Amino acid sequence: MTMFSSRNWREYPQRYRLEASKFKKSGKTYFPPRAVDPETGDTEFEIVKLPDTGEVLTYTVIRVAPAQWGDQSPYALAIVKLTDGTRLMGQMTDCDVEEVKIGMEVRIEFRRVQSEGHHGVLSYGYKFVPKWY
Amino acid sequence: MRDVCVVGVGMSQWGEVWRKSLRQLFVDAALKAINNSGVDHLDSLYVGCMSSGLFVGQEHIGALMADYLGMQGLPALRVESACAGGGMAVRQAFIEVASGISDIVMAAGVEKMTDCSGDDATFALATAADQEYEVFHGATFPGLYAMMAHAHMHKYGTTREMLSAVSVKNHKNGAKNPVAQYPFEIKPEQVAKSVMIADPLHILDCSPITDGAAAVIVTTQEVAKKLAKPYIKVLGSGAGTDAMALAQRNDITTIKAATLAAERALKMASKTINDVQFAEVHDCFTIAEIVLLESMGLYEPGKAGPATLAGETALDGKFPVNSSGGLKSKGHPVGATGVAQIVEVYKQLTGRAENGRQISGSLKIGMAQNMGGSGASSVVHIMEVA
Repeated sequence: MTMFSSRNWREYPQRYRLEASKFKKSGKTYFPPRAVDPETGDTEFEIVKLPDTGEVLTYTVIRVAPAQWGDQSPYALAIVKLTDGTRLMGQMTDCDVEEVKIGMEVRIEFRRVQSEGHHGVLSYGYKFVPKWY
Repeated sequence: MRDVCVVGVGMSQWGEVWRKSLRQLFVDAALKAINNSGVDHLDSLYVGCMSSGLFVGQEHIGALMADYLGMQGLPALRVESACAGGGMAVRQAFIEVASGISDIVMAAGVEKMTDCSGDDATFALATAADQEYEVFHGATFPGLYAMMAHAHMHKYGTTREMLSAVSVKNHKNGAKNPVAQYPFEIKPEQVAKSVMIADPLHILDCSPITDGAAAVIVTTQEVAKKLAKPYIKVLGSGAGTDAMALAQRNDITTIKAATLAAERALKMASKTINDVQFAEVHDCFTIAEIVLLESMGLYEPGKAGPATLAGETALDGKFPVNSSGGLKSKGHPVGATGVAQIVEVYKQLTGRAENGRQISGSLKIGMAQNMGGSGASSVVHIMEVA
């Protein structure tokens, strides 16, 4: 599906700045932000920035990728738990896919995530790199 | 609430069915179900279908299917809940009959998945995941279940041999099913040596892309008795949902939507999980069958893998799972799968399973569990011999 520029732009606060919602009652942070806290039903929150380090909760290596990702295959995808407990999914980079392990410490970096051919929208966002890198 | 029964079932050919279109697959299954039940009319129709728009460019299929079934005028609605659309269609039919709004309702499911390229099909399937926070980053469906598998292996020590055992067992059952897409047996070493799709899942851990349809006639016990055809009772129907994105779930080694759906269906049926004697379970990937058996309380967390390896879920085991061959061997036309699960439970409870696939012993209670996406939706039905 063609990436539409407004769709890409709308996610900038999350993909560029890691903005999440922190609810008053529970103190819980959600990424991406939500209007309603699933635990308490609370609708009062403030926008906070996520921490940029955490550890790999689980991962996979995509070896058969959709056409759009063919030139990046194989690539590792991980769910990372950040230091504040928030979890998010993204690609691992700057390491061999075989090195990725559960419990690995990572840091979030700003990278190009998708590009559509030679003329389409370039989509940037977060990726995970090994903390020691 | 009125008692609800399933009185007739039908399935089209399943596989890469190049000679049949979306509507033809549906009509094949629907006519078989009508003839099998002996009903002379329908009061309404529900059609489960995940993504006819992306697979063949056709939406609005409730009306289209009623039209080509020769029933213009019939109230008809498409039901979508990703791969759980079929089971949800059965649930809608159940609700409509139980409520007294209609007496005879068809619940069907159909998917035509091979009229597009593999990439297009992969894209269509991935729309059941979170487009902005999973698919955007390159997630595929095997990739999502692979992440569950790694987490489950890490937490409980689940092994490659246990995953392979699910696939081997389901192929053994599917080899006896005349509609199965891949009706042949496989060996554990073939699973382990097959192409890696997303670590740790190989291609033989994954259900295939399939064309196919299934249909059942849902009606009251009064009508079912008058028809004088074999029927089963649907004692309970339950559905549940969970966070869409895996990262948003507190524990990805369990599928909460299935836990909720099973609890609700059992409560309605006034049964416990220990009353259930066999099950059709949504094995879209080998790890899914293991996680689901645990999520629904059939096994303690971490115990379903060893139990599968020990043969407990085999056709002759103490709790047979996926006697039909499951999604792995029978095929997985996504919107039709949940209805086909009901077809198998009907066949088992009425003693009509073909080719030595009949579970031995006196069967009374069976269960069907259908699931959407990576487990954000699930639906469970509890059925009893009439």
